[in-house]
Amino acid sequence: MPRTRLDLPYHVDYLSILGPDGTLDTDLEPKIDEADLGRLYRAMLLARRFDERMLNLQRQGRIGTFAPIKGQEAAQLGSVYAITPADWMVPSFRETASMLWRGWPMELILLFYAGYLEGMRVPDGVRDLPITIPVASQLPHAVGLAYAARYKGDDAVVLTYFGDGATSEGDFHEAMNFAGVLGAPVIFLCQNNQWAISVPRKKQTQSRTLAQKALAYGFPGTQVDGNDILAVYAASREAVERARDGGGPAMIECVTYRLGVHTTADDPRRYRSEEEVKEWERKDPLTRFRDYLQKKDLLDAEQERRLEEEIAQEIADAVARFEARQDPDPLVMFDHVYAERPPELEAERQELAERLRGTGASPAEGEAPAPTPMRGQRRTSRWPN
Amino acid sequence: MAVITYREALNHALREEMERDERVFLIGEEIGVYGGAYKVTQGLLEKFGERRVVDTPICESGFTGVGIGAAMVGLRPVVEMMTFNFAILALDQIVNHAAKIHYMSGGQFPIPLVVRGPGGPAHQLAAQHSQSMESYFYHVPGLKVVRPTSPRDAKGLLKSAIRDDNPVIFIESETLYGIKGEVPDDPDFTIPLGQAEVKREGRDVTVIAYAGMYYRVLEAAEELEKSDGLSVEIVDPRTLRPMDKETILASVRKTHRAVVAESGAGFAGMGSEIASFITEGAFDDLDAPVERVTGANAPMPYARNLERLKTPSKERIIEALRKVCYLG
Repeated sequence: MPRTRLDLPYHVDYLSILGPDGTLDTDLEPKIDEADLGRLYRAMLLARRFDERMLNLQRQGRIGTFAPIKGQEAAQLGSVYAITPADWMVPSFRETASMLWRGWPMELILLFYAGYLEGMRVPDGVRDLPITIPVASQLPHAVGLAYAARYKGDDAVVLTYFGDGATSEGDFHEAMNFAGVLGAPVIFLCQNNQWAISVPRKKQTQSRTLAQKALAYGFPGTQVDGNDILAVYAASREAVERARDGGGPAMIECVTYRLGVHTTADDPRRYRSEEEVKEWERKDPLTRFRDYLQKKDLLDAEQERRLEEEIAQEIADAVARFEARQDPDPLVMFDHVYAERPPELEAERQELAERLRGTGASPAEGEAPAPTPMRGQRRTSRWPN
Repeated sequence: MAVITYREALNHALREEMERDERVFLIGEEIGVYGGAYKVTQGLLEKFGERRVVDTPICESGFTGVGIGAAMVGLRPVVEMMTFNFAILALDQIVNHAAKIHYMSGGQFPIPLVVRGPGGPAHQLAAQHSQSMESYFYHVPGLKVVRPTSPRDAKGLLKSAIRDDNPVIFIESETLYGIKGEVPDDPDFTIPLGQAEVKREGRDVTVIAYAGMYYRVLEAAEELEKSDGLSVEIVDPRTLRPMDKETILASVRKTHRAVVAESGAGFAGMGSEIASFITEGAFDDLDAPVERVTGANAPMPYARNLERLKTPSKERIIEALRKVCYLG
């Protein structure tokens, strides 16, 4: 027969467990012990409050441009909770909640956004890479980490984050394809927050889902309600277990929404409606998770109040530690350009050091100043004037 | 000391470093089963297996990025570009990541990565496959750039590049793969990065040249020695960044005249930088302005007769040498 339909076993699942209205699918509800549910809620509230505080600090000129996470806490915490400290986390630039969960001190994140190199030094014992600003370029690194892990006989898996806009980049496709070919244990976690600055999801690609892009590369893609922490965790855990068992990569598309600005240099009122934002505020992952815990009698108003107080204090302490920092030593400009300092960089560093001391241009005391050479004159003996 | 080809010298360097250090692995297109488009990696898959010789899909940015990720966690990848022209596809990974991660992480993540492959003009490969790609990389702080000239340089410098804790751009030459020369067998033989070599001693004029252009300069020097008794010194920088300015300046202070020869386009080329630091560092020692002999500022033509005109010929090098020596 000239034309037949290929029998391809491809499909994309959509997963939702805790709906926006609080309905719960108890069959799919993942088993998370009560202490961890409490930790996750605390982490979500901390991430929200810290994000709000950062926006405030930025508006006051105390830190630079950053990318707020408001609305995307469940996508981050549900996925990062599915990996262990022995696994790797490779962020893009909007994963503050995941970073806090992994153990980055808040003052370090503030230092980074204030321009301090030490702000991107991954804390000891944390298996994360630093923030990557260029879009999608961290995805091949994640595959490299996964390859290196297997190379060393380590069963770590790699969780890497990116947004809906990144799925149009070449590095996304190259990383996904190569991960598929290598069978690399990478979980590609897309936070589809609907907007790549001003470009809406529908103009990013004509694909009906982003998750389906994984199918072309020979591994599963799942779409989940990204504001439902239970669904994100369930899908992530499945992908992590599969990768750890040698099943290779997986992609998860978290359908979520950026409730705030793209970065602090952006004004979303120019390209999207208030109604749309309000619609998504009703699906807020924080209130949804709070209601879930309240229904389970794991959280009451008094606990909530104490938690808010504790978190406010923690953030205030971190900001105080951040603000106690000294300006960077200007000579760090030349540190770490190379693993060592080549002679020409050493000379440049010395020059800056002298300039900063204010002695570079003036002759040492007691020495007569060298005469200014005139046109036609030379300084060396080979060319006597 | 064995006489082997430039290609074999590179192959031996890879083999020895892979034997020496379990963390070294190779990644690139056609490097395994096929042994490399230019056969530099021949036999290495058979010896070291698929884990350490990784054939990749066609994705220069992707596999360079995979190399960077692996380097961030302690491996020492050697990435092959089938030709260096394809490294343009990986420019973001090389320039924005390999070169900057160590800096931006406050020194936490060194990137011990080598990106190697052939570059520069060859034989009728036309505009997109003949570029002198070093100029795209030596501008970038954080990268080291190496261009080996002899089989001995190829081996000694590649071994140093692999042992270096920085990203190293290592650009070989298609036209040199077949040349032969003496190369030490000692597995501990290396040539430090950042050291120029006076490849031919002379008194009257210094020429700075590397890779294929060195051999053309050598012919010119020998001819001028016969015809005019001119004694030409040739300095090969070998590493373009960091560059060993002192060796070049010492030679110029001795001969008082300098010519820079390069195959790439002249505008903002390597010759511009070299002429500039000679002027800054040895102006009073010069008896003539520094002369540059460079490739034409046009893409490489495909037609053979035009191709010959694009890169500096022996005659043009001789002309420049005569000019700085005030020989009519």
